[in-house]
Amino acid sequence: MNRKPTASWQTFNVFNIIFLTLLALAMFLPFLNVLAQSFSSSEAIVNGKVFFLPVEFTTINYQYVFSDAAIWRSFGVTVYITIVGTLINLVATASLAYPVSRPEYAGRNVIVVMVLITMVFSAPLIPNFILMKNLHLVNSLWALLLPGAVSAFNFFVMRSFFMQLPNELIDSGHMDGCSELRMIWSIVLPLSKPVMASLGIFYAVGHWNTYMNALYYINNPAYWPLQVKLRQLIVSEDISIDPSATQFSGLAHMDPEGIKMATIIIATLPIVLIYPFLQRHFVKGMMVGSVKS
Amino acid sequence: MAVDAQTVNQVHQRAQVSRGRSFLRTLWKYKALYLISLPGILYFIVFKYVPLLGSVIAFQDYNIFDGFTGSKWIGMENFQRMFAHYDFLKILSNTLLIGLYDLVLAFPAPILLALLLNELRIVLYKRVLQTVVYMPHFLSWVIVSGIAIGILSPSTGAVNHFLAWLGFEPIYFLGEESWIRTVLISSGIWRDSGYGTIIYLAALAGINPDLYEAAEVDGASRWRQTLSITLPALLPTIMILFLLHIGKFLDFGFERVFVFLNPLNKEHGEILDTYIYTSGLLGQQYSYTTAIGLFKSVVGLVLIVIGNVMSKKTTGESLY
Repeated sequence: MNRKPTASWQTFNVFNIIFLTLLALAMFLPFLNVLAQSFSSSEAIVNGKVFFLPVEFTTINYQYVFSDAAIWRSFGVTVYITIVGTLINLVATASLAYPVSRPEYAGRNVIVVMVLITMVFSAPLIPNFILMKNLHLVNSLWALLLPGAVSAFNFFVMRSFFMQLPNELIDSGHMDGCSELRMIWSIVLPLSKPVMASLGIFYAVGHWNTYMNALYYINNPAYWPLQVKLRQLIVSEDISIDPSATQFSGLAHMDPEGIKMATIIIATLPIVLIYPFLQRHFVKGMMVGSVKS
Repeated sequence: MAVDAQTVNQVHQRAQVSRGRSFLRTLWKYKALYLISLPGILYFIVFKYVPLLGSVIAFQDYNIFDGFTGSKWIGMENFQRMFAHYDFLKILSNTLLIGLYDLVLAFPAPILLALLLNELRIVLYKRVLQTVVYMPHFLSWVIVSGIAIGILSPSTGAVNHFLAWLGFEPIYFLGEESWIRTVLISSGIWRDSGYGTIIYLAALAGINPDLYEAAEVDGASRWRQTLSITLPALLPTIMILFLLHIGKFLDFGFERVFVFLNPLNKEHGEILDTYIYTSGLLGQQYSYTTAIGLFKSVVGLVLIVIGNVMSKKTTGESLY
């Protein structure tokens, strides 16, 4: 597309670049502010000296966060549900999507409609809660793993991926007398690495950000995932500091702002670290998804 | 004639029997496939359809000890109570207003952003900008609210220091009910408008460049080209996303509101979902809030159907 630049067009381009740059800054600077505060002393934060660079550089906020056993525990819960939850998601989604993608699976349309209905009409909160209570899943980590085991949207993405696999490949497997399981294991799964990676990473981010289900189904602080713990820190007016921990003696009557910011950074870091991988996959994932309708 | 009808009937019956048999035969022949699909089917039945059946408590005076069978049936009483309740009407109007602002302000944001990004000719810079604007989407609402509460804080927040530097009084954005809706909508735009451009950018990349060249030859200005080529090409995507958005009109989202709510801004910020949580789950008004939830789901379904019919008539686009 080589278009002749006119004068008014040049002006637009300049303004467009400036506008988009400002917009990107508006998305990025809040992070920088949080990062700077997390490395700043409490006095500097309270006096409003911290913008985009740390003032009176200190790591005491991080030391505090790392010394809090409850935060470590929540971190562990989140890592656990992210790993186990994603595995459950992928196995459950694929094990429904693959059979339903096969032409020899009679009744596949019934299942497609069954899944589709859940996308447009969902049950209210309380019946879900009563179900979880009757299944004795309240206050257990299963409450964070099972309710979202298969996302309807991802089911359709995976199904359309499986439908694109060349039929000859699967038929030839049948011809050679491969059992269904063996064929899935040695032909279908190796071919579906890309879709597994894309959806896996989305499921994983979802688990990492789990908040609502924990709020609904978990009362026991021992099973709180990181987001719930973080939320509790953010809304607490002051953070109680163990007086016997001498390294924080200077922190005892300080504003907890820096500690909150340090926790936000720690909870965000894993997302930032996998972001390059994410970016490679989400464009693809969304494309496959939009093909379906 | 009668004989004919009878034979036709018999043929039908036989066909049905053999269809039933052939289904069983398929079931047996591909039993591995059916076995594999079983856990997934069970998941949808147990976690999606059982709660749907459980929604009948909206028509009961449910209490947890008597269960579904023991609780008293009270018909539409919960729904009548809903519309007679001042609180409900206030919260419904909050939900509608927030939904409307979201539709008017947040829905077009990614379209505009995609159009502007699409005009950037410096490929590398475009990619850098895309990387930055997609990022916030992957942060949880807890983190987004943490960042927002931090930078909006009246004492330590960067925004208020900036306002003070300009000579304004500090504003307690999260402590005043007049600001909460602005905070809710703008945090949504901040988090999701960048990510929302992906689908539009893909549609824009699919436009045939010959169209622009032909328009150029005909002497159409760039603005004219945007109006006559780019926007019509985007219209199908816009319509589909619009219909999906309409179906979720009352579903602004529990988390994104709950993390910003506090007693000072609740009056304008409380929506149906947060009310269902606080009054239903915490306050144990099980039946009443299930009625509210059911009302929400039914309205969503009706909106999606109406939207679809209207869109089919006007633009020819539809979801099904």
